[in-house]
Amino acid sequence: MTLAETPVDNGVNVDALLGVRDALPETPDIAKFQWRADVSWVKGTHSRTEVETFYGFNDEQRHKATYVHDADHPLAFAAEDNGITPVEYVLVALGSCLTAGIAAVAQQRKIQLRSVRATLRAGMDLHGILGADPDVRNGFDGIQVSYDIDADASAEDIRALVAQSQKRSAVYDILTNPTNVTVEVN
Amino acid sequence: MPDTSVVVVGAGHCGLAMSRCLTARSVDHVVLERGEVANSWRTERWDSLRLLTPNWLTRLPGHEYDGPDPDGYMSVAEVVALLADYASAGAAPVRTGSAVRSVTAASVGSAADGFRVSTDHEEWRARGVVLASGACNTAMVPPVAEGLPAALATFTAQDYRNPDQLPDGGVLVVGASASGVQIADELRRAGRAVHLAVGEHVRLPRVYRGADILWWMEAAGILSEGLDRIDDVIRARNLPSMQLTGSGGRATLDLNALTDAGVRLYGRLAGVRDGVAQFSGSLANVRALADLKLNRLLDAVDTWARETGQPVTDPPWRPEPTRVPANPTLTLDLRAGAISSVLWATGYRADLSWVDLPLRDRRGRLVHDGGVTRHPGLYVLGMPFLRRRKSTLIDGAADDAHALTTHLLEYLGAPVSAG
Repeated sequence: MTLAETPVDNGVNVDALLGVRDALPETPDIAKFQWRADVSWVKGTHSRTEVETFYGFNDEQRHKATYVHDADHPLAFAAEDNGITPVEYVLVALGSCLTAGIAAVAQQRKIQLRSVRATLRAGMDLHGILGADPDVRNGFDGIQVSYDIDADASAEDIRALVAQSQKRSAVYDILTNPTNVTVEVN
Repeated sequence: MPDTSVVVVGAGHCGLAMSRCLTARSVDHVVLERGEVANSWRTERWDSLRLLTPNWLTRLPGHEYDGPDPDGYMSVAEVVALLADYASAGAAPVRTGSAVRSVTAASVGSAADGFRVSTDHEEWRARGVVLASGACNTAMVPPVAEGLPAALATFTAQDYRNPDQLPDGGVLVVGASASGVQIADELRRAGRAVHLAVGEHVRLPRVYRGADILWWMEAAGILSEGLDRIDDVIRARNLPSMQLTGSGGRATLDLNALTDAGVRLYGRLAGVRDGVAQFSGSLANVRALADLKLNRLLDAVDTWARETGQPVTDPPWRPEPTRVPANPTLTLDLRAGAISSVLWATGYRADLSWVDLPLRDRRGRLVHDGGVTRHPGLYVLGMPFLRRRKSTLIDGAADDAHALTTHLLEYLGAPVSAG
């Protein structure tokens, strides 16, 4: 019997990603991206956001479908709960960004993943958004992410995977560092 | 116009090592030095600084430490004396007080041929030029500095000398690599309230299983690792300096030591808005990255030790994980009076603006292949990971200078003999 090495496959095309990185020195403009979302108010606290196009690789790009996201507030807020709250979308964004990063880094490090599960918890004090206490911020008082990962790797290597995915995560960066936000009225 | 085969710019450890190698191969050359031998050691170091490398590791071509304290760390004055003695012993052709103002390409007829090197007093014509003017000419200050309240005193690790230089009051030290941790520690010992902004860093214990960590790294071949062993050369060349000190005996100076001393830790300084410093929420992760990397290094050391038949305890000793606050403070009001100074320990950059030849890429990175630039006959020496991990250390100058001398001889068309 011979031992054939099973190629690691987490479904991430790392070669394509590295190909982009290799192309950057010659064509740095391909890295300039713009992400877009278009929001329409529906009723009350319910809004609907459509995401379809973006710009990158020197060209207009399009998702394969128009993705629609309803956001609302729960019944307990005297709203209709037509979708998750905006702050929950932040958790969706962070959890999916870190998890995508884990898959990509695992692929590059030749680690086969079997399952990756994350639970995200974020605390918030309503005194902030209700304007009831100026010393309480509107946003989260912190975010805790907890991963359970089953993979062909040591516990230490899995911790390194998770650390590296934070280092390369756009959403992690957006949340941990200040970002200039400009809001205009046309 | 005086002629020589090679002009070496800078009489620090790299320029002098290069000179020693050129002399050994009978290559006529001159070393142009803006000030005195070891000028930046004389003028750009804080008072208490000691080398981060032990004396036995402070080697140069034809020089090894033979004093009474091989495990000690040299003071700045001792480094200056070492380099001055080394220059005299090798009769290095150093011209002091010769600041180079420009290096331009020269030609013979229409063919490019060598360089013109101008100082305030003279112009040299040389076939080859070795830029050994150092990797740490300019202290880098990040753009966020622009937002600091004007009332704050600001210093860099390059112009810092001692705690008395700073106005009374608390200090925000930005950067937790070699300079930042040492200065934060010194300021804290002087009784200052010290706030330390921590980005990515390289954590090391000073001593591992009884020997200096650099002894293990040298013995296990880690310091000699060359470019061919490195996946990401850009990253390797931009790694933060090692969190080490030579001025605390053999004490480890990591974030835990600073926390125990009463230094407050924050994330990377990400911005200053309305006079309030904003710190990244990533402290827990930069801590995790540094601890993981440290443990991988110690694992590599242990693997080497086992392979060479040395006893390794099981499980091996590992440093306590870095303690960081559960909820690190994200802002610090710089107008409220608690902070009177900001000290930037955010890295250095080589100043080669006086070289009138394109040396850098679009991103401002020096382009060279192990010290060989795109311009035939023009070399750089003393840059981080020039050819090997140890290129950053004084001890790395010997291998690099030997290699560039060999390359230079071929360029000059001189017969290459075993030397």
